[in-house]
Amino acid sequence: MPETVLQARQSATPATPAVPVAGPTRRPSRSRGLRGALPTWLVRHGGTVLAGAVLLLVITAAVTPHLLAPGDPLLSVPSHRLRPPGPQHWFGTDQLGRDLYARIVYGAGRSLTATTLAVGIALGVGSVLGLLAGAVGGTVDTVLMRTVDVLLSVPSLLLSLALVTALGFGTVNVAIAVGVSLVASFARVMRSEVLRVKHAPYIEAARASGVRPAGILARHILPNSVLPVLSLAAVEFGGAVLAISALSFLGFGAAPPTPEWGSLIADGRNYLATAWWLSTLPGLVIVATVLAANVLARALAPEEHR
Amino acid sequence: MAGYLARRLLQSAGVLWAAFTLSFLILYLLPSDPISMMVDGVAEAGTLDPAATAQLKARYGLDLPVWQQYLQSLRGAVGGDLGLSITTGRPVTGLIGTALPSTLALAGAALGLALLAGAGLAVATAWTRSRRLKAFLRALPPVSTALPTFWVGLVLVQIFSFGLRLLPAFGDSAPVHVILPALTLALPTGAVIAQVLGDALESTLHRPFIATARAKGVSRRRILGHHAFRPAAVNALTVAGVIVGNLLAGSVVVETVFARNGVGRLTQQAVLTQDIPVVQGVVMLCATVFVVINLAVDLAYPLLDPRIAAASGPAVSGPGRPADPAAVAAPATTPRDEELVHA
Repeated sequence: MPETVLQARQSATPATPAVPVAGPTRRPSRSRGLRGALPTWLVRHGGTVLAGAVLLLVITAAVTPHLLAPGDPLLSVPSHRLRPPGPQHWFGTDQLGRDLYARIVYGAGRSLTATTLAVGIALGVGSVLGLLAGAVGGTVDTVLMRTVDVLLSVPSLLLSLALVTALGFGTVNVAIAVGVSLVASFARVMRSEVLRVKHAPYIEAARASGVRPAGILARHILPNSVLPVLSLAAVEFGGAVLAISALSFLGFGAAPPTPEWGSLIADGRNYLATAWWLSTLPGLVIVATVLAANVLARALAPEEHR
Repeated sequence: MAGYLARRLLQSAGVLWAAFTLSFLILYLLPSDPISMMVDGVAEAGTLDPAATAQLKARYGLDLPVWQQYLQSLRGAVGGDLGLSITTGRPVTGLIGTALPSTLALAGAALGLALLAGAGLAVATAWTRSRRLKAFLRALPPVSTALPTFWVGLVLVQIFSFGLRLLPAFGDSAPVHVILPALTLALPTGAVIAQVLGDALESTLHRPFIATARAKGVSRRRILGHHAFRPAAVNALTVAGVIVGNLLAGSVVVETVFARNGVGRLTQQAVLTQDIPVVQGVVMLCATVFVVINLAVDLAYPLLDPRIAAASGPAVSGPGRPADPAAVAAPATTPRDEELVHA
């Protein structure tokens, strides 16, 4: 997943030779005084606050779904089949008369757990590999990084498909597959951070004062190189939601009656012409979650990327 | 140059070998037994004839020790033989070969659309002087990468096929069938192109040679279209391999949504039936495409960028990120920038 750049860095339009007169007159209004800073702050942080609220809602749905949706996601009421969204069924009902809203809310748990597992695997395994490669160096570094290069030469979706083929289907296997397919980029970032930190004066100082290599690794190198990796984890979270829902859409996720975001959309595929809500609404929920995760990730990132 | 070429070719072959080995390790060593999977589909449990199973295993070479299987399939792969599909029994290369034209048409159309839209968006972002518009245009690629591809496809079908009744929804019998899938596939690809090219354009526009050109009175249009666009596009070429790889991987989802019989659909079916040779074949196809494109880009660099031809061999950037501008603005780069201005 390409690192997306949202931050509206105000690149002061370079003084153009075409309109030299406009320069000085426009200048004062552009300078960011207190008056200009407050609305900007509100606009920027308003988005972050909104993103936080969306994510909080999704997490609530994942942890305590019954608070948000009192209905049963598996209860089918045949007389209510394929009802459009309305006051009784906010998101409508599916072909078996199950409430789509309840199914989406209950699906959040599975989808979010899988995403967390995937990002956790990528973060854990990737960090350890990157730390090893960067700190040990030599042959270990060469072998690990060549492997990472090879992993990166296969698109991550295809890599996770290959892993699912080998592991078998189900939400956990899909999560493992997506996690492993992300390991390479985490290992790479971790390694470059370790290399950056490795020769810092304080490491030298620690070594000179007799701290053992393991101690240097755990107490000095790791804490000082882990932040960019954590921020990568935040950035990759949205991507992992997408990857997992794609695999579950393709039919490799949870077995049919259990709701999962990707498979909800796949189920709605057969009713595109008659029941638009069945595939559209779960998709909108995925979009909102991914956008919220990305906005929050970017709000966290700048401080660490300085 | 010949030495460089030989080294690069060897390196590419090494990556391909490693990709083969890695996919073999993943697919054959993890706990899944393709033969019992296949037999499960055909016969009831218990009615299995052990002799027939052994015969099947022998046919696919699965009765040999793992290292012999590996050597055998590696030897085959070098000669262009990727083994037999377990579900259909047909050669994998043939299966991929028949599915490839449809996928190439789809990926080609999507790449064309993505290039047009992505480059257009990047240039428009660099061109506009309105700060609001710039911020809006800059927010488009991140938003479009947050959309699930399969969902975009379904929404497009709803709007253009069932709503407006303009375009056919599913299938791949006529050229018109390619429009919606190509649009779907072009969206994430175009977003990547817009992002990479936009970043490259922005950093190029802050280079000294642009200031020189501007000082000489070169028009804004020529600066953007000629002086800034060309080096930025060369920079953006580095992601060509990733983009094409993602087009192939994206075709798995898009072809499934639109029921097109291409490599992507073949992959989805193969994963569903755990047809390991086919999955490995597709992985190798993607790795090969990636390696070949990267090789082509590397070899094309000196032709496209005179600065690289001047400095022997492709420039290597340091590890990590450019930390402080002072270190990045090495004296070596500044004089070469000026050579680009021949206005």
